Amino acid sequence: MSAAVLAEVTGNLGSIGYGLAAIGPGIGIGIIFGQGVQAIARQPEAYGLIRQNMILGFVFAEALALIGIALAFAFRA
Amino acid sequence: MSATLTPLASDEFQAPGLGIFDWPPLVEGQAWFNKPALLALVGTLLVMVLTYFAFSRPKLVPRGFQNAGELAYQFVREQIARPNLGKDSDRWMPLLFTLFLFVLVMNLFGSVIFIQFPVMSRIGYPAILSIFVWLLVMYLGIKHQGPIGFFKNVMFPPGLPGWIYVLVAPIEFISTFFLRHITHAVRLFATMMAGHLIIALFSEVGWHFLATNLTPLGAPLGILGVAMTILLTAFEIFIQALQAYVFALLAAMFINDALHPAH
Repeated sequence: MSAAVLAEVTGNLGSIGYGLAAIGPGIGIGIIFGQGVQAIARQPEAYGLIRQNMILGFVFAEALALIGIALAFAFRA
Repeated sequence: MSATLTPLASDEFQAPGLGIFDWPPLVEGQAWFNKPALLALVGTLLVMVLTYFAFSRPKLVPRGFQNAGELAYQFVREQIARPNLGKDSDRWMPLLFTLFLFVLVMNLFGSVIFIQFPVMSRIGYPAILSIFVWLLVMYLGIKHQGPIGFFKNVMFPPGLPGWIYVLVAPIEFISTFFLRHITHAVRLFATMMAGHLIIALFSEVGWHFLATNLTPLGAPLGILGVAMTILLTAFEIFIQALQAYVFALLAAMFINDALHPAH
């Protein structure tokens, strides 16, 4: 091994990239459903309205993670 | 790649890649006619036949297909159209119901045994639907708000301090007219692709460790793979239905934004 190589990464870097890309949406989805459940607990009669907005927020946050997994394949070396 | 890497042994596990989305043409010389195209045609026919049997001879007391059809129609009307479009919802129900049912059937092909390919995991199929919605929204916006008013209402929402329009106008322009329509298609495509890939991975684990390379240490992993395949297929059916709902819901939202300027 030459002295210039201190650390070598083999395998697909895309999986690391996707892991990083999933952090943000993961936190976001957690906040959305946490606050959603709290809202339902406070006001159970508004369940339908809250659930619809919860799913809407969920898909917006989820889209980022999904774009991440698509780009991990698209930008593969 | 460095030459020190050992070549893959033939019995080493290899995860499925994007190759599972490439299908050879079914008929020689017709490059477009592959399995997804066939499934799209079959699905279109299926939707037409189902809705024909459900709604062609309506009875006051519904039976059989009409029951199921009315249940689906009512779901789309109460959950998608009315909350977003209000009194315009009856006018847009044919479009929203068709979009919902079509995307649902296309998605559920991914969980039907022996078919097992979600057509929407090829970007072309959701893209054409989202381009259609985009053209419709542009037409409706220009028709109902005027060619200048449509852009002005989106880019210059009233009630903000003057200097902030420098930031708001370009962001709103790009996000409203392009980005949200691109993600409309990409969301459906990427969910279906990722779901199909994950199920393929776990079933490949089960096949590899239980059928082709059965070893005492590998067998529990193979059993785990099979169990995860079953669990994730159940989860995938839920996701496929959810994405069909979300696709129609977003289409309804975009149409409402074009009909009435945001307040």
